[in-house]
Amino acid sequence: MRSPFRPAALPDPAILDDHRGLLRSLQRRGILRGGLSLGALTLLTGCDVSSSSSISRALLAISSFNDRVQALLFDPARLAPTYPASMVVKPPKFNAYFDITELKPVDGQSWQLELSGLIADKRPWTAQQLMALPQTDMIIRHVCVEGWDYIGEWSGPTLRSFLERVGADLRAKYVAFKTADDYPSSIDMATALHPQTLLATHYAGETLADPFGFPLRLRMSTKLGYKNPKWITAIEVTNTYPGGFWEKQGFNWFAGL
Amino acid sequence: MSAEASEAAPGGRRLHPLAVRIMHWTNAFAMVVMIGSGWGINDDYVIIPHWQFGIHLRLGNGAPQSLLWHFAGMWLLAVNGLAYLTYGIATGRLRERLLPIRIGDVIRTVRDTLHFHIDHSDLTTYNAVQKLLYIVVILAGVSQVVTGLAIWKPVQFSGLASFLGGFQSARLLHFIGMSVIVGFLVVHVALSLLVPSTLRAMLTGGPRLPRRGTIR
Repeated sequence: MRSPFRPAALPDPAILDDHRGLLRSLQRRGILRGGLSLGALTLLTGCDVSSSSSISRALLAISSFNDRVQALLFDPARLAPTYPASMVVKPPKFNAYFDITELKPVDGQSWQLELSGLIADKRPWTAQQLMALPQTDMIIRHVCVEGWDYIGEWSGPTLRSFLERVGADLRAKYVAFKTADDYPSSIDMATALHPQTLLATHYAGETLADPFGFPLRLRMSTKLGYKNPKWITAIEVTNTYPGGFWEKQGFNWFAGL
Repeated sequence: MSAEASEAAPGGRRLHPLAVRIMHWTNAFAMVVMIGSGWGINDDYVIIPHWQFGIHLRLGNGAPQSLLWHFAGMWLLAVNGLAYLTYGIATGRLRERLLPIRIGDVIRTVRDTLHFHIDHSDLTTYNAVQKLLYIVVILAGVSQVVTGLAIWKPVQFSGLASFLGGFQSARLLHFIGMSVIVGFLVVHVALSLLVPSTLRAMLTGGPRLPRRGTIR
């Protein structure tokens, strides 16, 4: 017999909305409690404080609070500074969670961009179709979370024009990406619609080279480098928090500049 | 403690009122968090070639953790620092304790110190060098918040970032600000251990001050 504690059908996710306030206050309590134990920690030296899970939880709670602060700070109309072509670094800097020698190039002929989630027209896209969309060019600064930066020139359709074209629900919360190098990533809709958020196919006027995301990568002027997935194979529009590769290891999700 | 109290006018203010002591130790904790986690972030991509602070001096095991600490500690540092400056300006404490500073006094204090003639029996007034150091470290703290903001949000605050000479320049200034604060910390902690009554005063409040005519 089925246990009465296991409902046959899952409750409507909208139920969560009624209790969001409560969930948030519980989270706040977590921060307070974490803060108290942080105070006690000053009395201890030489202990490995970072492995303690209640501290980790408190730090992650503050990090998601920082996500909300950054969403408020983000001005959808503010453009990042752009630079003259003479400052463009060629080639761009390679950086991934693996070494360049382990790079597995994507075959542009068989490549397709899959679509899923809150999108009206989910037919997959080819590289040629993407090239037929109006192209935007931008020379922007790439800022890595590590601290280095360089100026790069990127072109391709804006993510906004693409999302409008496929009939995505632009009121959804997240746009998520899957990639050939298994580097899931996701961004907020406000940033997805920013005019300097590109589905980049070209660098400095030439087709993207393999190490830099051929045939398609994301380039945003308003987020740290690790938020820009390369070798994109699928885009999903969703209201469920999708997370990301580095975010799972503690990097901040919003990562706005 | 009782000797200190007996000299004082009954009911007079403490050298370090409770609010100041709470903000001082909160700041001490926040600074340790920011410096330790900042060193962790630095070690991920060093600002001075080949210079790493090393695993024993870092707060956070790896860059993701150091960043979590840094962006949590920043709230404590900024909110507490703002409360301290507001309090210090509103009550007149900052002006009373840190001003005026005369060049002649600074030179004399340095000379006296080098001749070991320095007098620490009166905790209630700072010598010119102390005043100068406290002003420098307060300005360095403010500067850390400003340069930190430019590094954190170089697009949303692009005007600030370019005022500071660009992203890398802001990053370097942030590192220099840290160095100034660490330099201060070394002297500050060493002297408080050499003259333990100053440390005791920051825990218990210290001697009572003579009444002031006006409270600014």
